[in-house]
Amino acid sequence: MAQRQPLTIALSKGRILKETLPLLRAAGIELLEDPETSRRLVFETSRADVRILILRATDVPPYVQYGAADMGVAGKDVLMEHGAAGLCEPLDLEIARCRLMVAALKDAPEVTGRVRVATKFVNVARSHFASRGRQADVIKLYGAMELAPLVGLADRIVDVVDTGNTLRANGLEPVELIARVSSRLVVNRASLKTRHAEIREIMDLMEAAVRERREEKA
Amino acid sequence: MNREEQWMLPEGVEELLPERAAVIEQLRRQLLDLYASWGYELVFPPLIEFLESLLNGAGRDLERETFKLTDQLSGRLMGVRADITPQVARMDAHSLRRQGPSRLCYCSTALRTWPAGPGGSRIPYQIGVELFGHGGVDSDAEVVLLMLETLQHSGLEGVTLDVGHVGIFRELVSRAELGDDDTEALTDTLVRKARAELEEFLAGRTLPDAVNRALEELPWLAGDAARVLPRARELLAGMDTALQALDELEALTGRVRQQAPAVEIHLDPGELRGYHYHTGCLFAAYVQGLSEPVAKGGRYDRIGRVFGRARPATGFSADIKLLANGRRAPARTGILAPHAPEDTTLREQVRSLREQGERVVQALPGESAGPGESGCDRELVFRDGRWQAVSVKENGG
Repeated sequence: MAQRQPLTIALSKGRILKETLPLLRAAGIELLEDPETSRRLVFETSRADVRILILRATDVPPYVQYGAADMGVAGKDVLMEHGAAGLCEPLDLEIARCRLMVAALKDAPEVTGRVRVATKFVNVARSHFASRGRQADVIKLYGAMELAPLVGLADRIVDVVDTGNTLRANGLEPVELIARVSSRLVVNRASLKTRHAEIREIMDLMEAAVRERREEKA
Repeated sequence: MNREEQWMLPEGVEELLPERAAVIEQLRRQLLDLYASWGYELVFPPLIEFLESLLNGAGRDLERETFKLTDQLSGRLMGVRADITPQVARMDAHSLRRQGPSRLCYCSTALRTWPAGPGGSRIPYQIGVELFGHGGVDSDAEVVLLMLETLQHSGLEGVTLDVGHVGIFRELVSRAELGDDDTEALTDTLVRKARAELEEFLAGRTLPDAVNRALEELPWLAGDAARVLPRARELLAGMDTALQALDELEALTGRVRQQAPAVEIHLDPGELRGYHYHTGCLFAAYVQGLSEPVAKGGRYDRIGRVFGRARPATGFSADIKLLANGRRAPARTGILAPHAPEDTTLREQVRSLREQGERVVQALPGESAGPGESGCDRELVFRDGRWQAVSVKENGG
């Protein structure tokens, strides 16, 4: 049988990476190089049996789902949009917190009939409006959602909201909460069974670090 | 549609070219021989049936996985089988009506509206066995051991056997007195082992303490049997059905460890794959590099009842196309016989070689030997007064 592959962890650049690294350090995993300045995509770590992939945030779920990575860190927003089929979400890392919201122009009137929604979270938007029994025409955009209501492209937007400053600066306001978002540790279902002991050890150490940080804050 | 697109196959649909087809067919024959040697009789369930009978007693998921069409003769809805197990159960309960245990096996294609798992096929070539008429660990063990032997025959190594039991969750749900929607939500949460959602779910309800504690820990109660079982017994103290499920798990894993010591066993009492359909032990085999189990099965005692006869049942199935990934294609060999339709000694020689099991290609005018299209490594040449098979290389290509 082939040599065991190193355990592969998929992360994404930016806020998630910055806040995940201390948790991985608690599990004895440190990057040997700074991914924010490197052009590499695969990184060795202080543990020979663990390597890290740096991906786009939305690509983490498919990498883990197909088993190209054994585990990863992804925002709940990304997981909800992906559907997270075939993934386990054993740990809320309580980092990169924000809210997934429906927003509209300030004092926008109620929409009767079909509502036009601009978002990059197409699936989330569709199921949110469907669960309220409302027909929605969903328009997929890749950025600058706030613009859509301003120029009459959409009645509502669905997006992640952190401080709400961008919304306010564009004359928008949040109208409905869809979900509270934070980053989750995700694990491939097969890996969780075939490499149980290795993964469990990392999971437990990360969980202890999450708890410790929560207690520090409190 | 441009010309190239006309030849495209639908998503999740594949064809098998000679090399893969040869591997799969060789494996199919060996596995069916293996099952026959264990006493399993081959059946061919029909490709299509009336929908009611196809979906009777099966889980809800199967309904959405099944392609449907209207029967022009009867006006009724028919379905193309998406899973063969329920068909075999119907054949046992309705067509065979045996009193004692009945061992059946099958190997046929099924058709699914969407692929099972990422990168999966919509046309699995399903091979499997079902054992009806016996409830208890002995029949489960027989099926699990045959499943492991199937993987071994297929050349798959580094197998992890995952074992669970739906009886544990079922008892917890009944003690929690959850409604259908809540049970559905909780099942989904546990399948995803989503801790944050699980905590939220439990915090929103007031369940009996013991049930609460057990549900909270259930997804993480997995791993080595020696570690999992004692803790599980503590958590489920006083819950008789759940404890009995643990006893069954212990007996089953003990039996497997004894008879297939090389296999790694992962005990997962919180595993809920096929929860709606199964009634007892669940088992699945994982190999490295595949994110779906390569073979899976379990006990499903209820299904016979809807066919008019409750029969205990257990079995496993696998997609033979996945099993065959463990095998390399056999080398293509063969003998090319020259084009000489009038030569009776040559004809005799060809017949005799074929009877000995050789692959002999009778050349058409202009066809030559070689590793190319005919795949022959030898050719017949007339030497020393008789037809002899010599290697193509020796004969100067």
